[in-house]
Amino acid sequence: MGVIDLAWWKLALAAGMIVLLAIFTFLGRLGVTRSLLIASLRTGIQLALIGLVLEALFASSGLHWIALMALVMLLVAGREVMARQQHRLTGGWAFGIGTGAMFLSSFAVTILTLTVVIGPNPWYAPQYAIPLLGMMLGNTMTGVALSLDRLTEAVWRQRAVIENRLMLGQTWQEAVGGIRRDAMRSGMMPSINAMAAAGIVSLPGMMTGQILAGSPPAVAVKYQILVMLTITVGTGFGTLMAVAWGSRRLFDDRERLRLDRLSG
Amino acid sequence: MPDLRLEDLSIGSLENVSLTVPAGEVVCLSGRSGSGKSRLLRAVADLDAHGGSVWLGDTEQSAVPGHRWRRQVMMVPVESQWWADRVGDHFPVGYRVNGQPPLPVADLGFDEDVMGWFVSRLSSGEKQRLALLRALAMNPSALLLDEPTANLDAESVALTEHWLKREVTQRHLPVIWVAHDREQIRRVAGHHFTIRGHGLEAC
Repeated sequence: MGVIDLAWWKLALAAGMIVLLAIFTFLGRLGVTRSLLIASLRTGIQLALIGLVLEALFASSGLHWIALMALVMLLVAGREVMARQQHRLTGGWAFGIGTGAMFLSSFAVTILTLTVVIGPNPWYAPQYAIPLLGMMLGNTMTGVALSLDRLTEAVWRQRAVIENRLMLGQTWQEAVGGIRRDAMRSGMMPSINAMAAAGIVSLPGMMTGQILAGSPPAVAVKYQILVMLTITVGTGFGTLMAVAWGSRRLFDDRERLRLDRLSG
Repeated sequence: MPDLRLEDLSIGSLENVSLTVPAGEVVCLSGRSGSGKSRLLRAVADLDAHGGSVWLGDTEQSAVPGHRWRRQVMMVPVESQWWADRVGDHFPVGYRVNGQPPLPVADLGFDEDVMGWFVSRLSSGEKQRLALLRALAMNPSALLLDEPTANLDAESVALTEHWLKREVTQRHLPVIWVAHDREQIRRVAGHHFTIRGHGLEAC
């Protein structure tokens, strides 16, 4: 089964439907017209550019180029994690903890999956490595960002409770125990929900894409299961590290709550 | 119980505060609002970074982990915080056995079933008295009380003062008690200091 290539002008038809939607939202004064058009434009431009980059990357297949691409993806994800937090750790810690957690978990799981499970030759073959890392980073980013935001926000709001628990002689781990559980849960929930709903409520995007591209469904399903499990592992360990490091940073070596380490 | 000693303690506008609180004695601390009474208590409980040293008998504050220190030198804030649903959830496990609290809750004006009460049902005065009960249930070696009767009516004030005095004497605890009311200070204090400028002044 071959893949039907899409001519560029056919994409213009899809874009035309967006314009139609934009006209309706504009006439209805619903206030989303501007962001709708800008986001559509960004999708087109960003994906076209990444297409060019991937074409070049697939052609060269050099490990250093793939590593550079992975580094850029990681740094952008790290910036995104930081930007999504309302009260963030100061002094580079917000970026450092988020990026460190994502690096350790996403890269470890991706490399393990490539070398042990899929086994392309060479192991860093870009058509496997880049999409896999992309999905891993994207989901881990969401988990880490949600959990860190939840952690810092809850600690900020419940400072009096935490300090009262410290006054009663609780360790810092006990004093933020409930908050850490909440943060962990909010980071993991999207992955757990996605796994629970897969195939029944939703057909996962990767599998759909692979089937559209001509893959037999049986193969696409196996890849989808692999990707979902590894994404959950990556997100889980990333969130775990972010919550552990983030909450540790909120207390000093005397187990005092240090809200001065959070930006207002 | 050992004495509580502050040596050259500095925090905020307070500098080089030295004070010895003998076991079994209440030292009252007063001063304008904003003069640093609560911050001084927080420094003694090691909740804020500070200069100088604090001793409980032969144990220096920095020689033990923070939570161990605070378990011994226990601070009770003006506004107590409650994080679980029921009162009893905030007390050490032994205090819920058979619903029979070993602490005489009746002495503080509570029914025997108080441990099963919902926190959301408590008035601010009940919260304050229960916070004192909760602190003593942890068996501390010293107490830091920040206006322990601020939210109480006259009758409860008398009850609480009496109960605290008795517990302090029986358990032989050193106590720093922040208070505003001159009458109360006269009733409970062994010594009384007031914060003036950068230091303490005996009254």
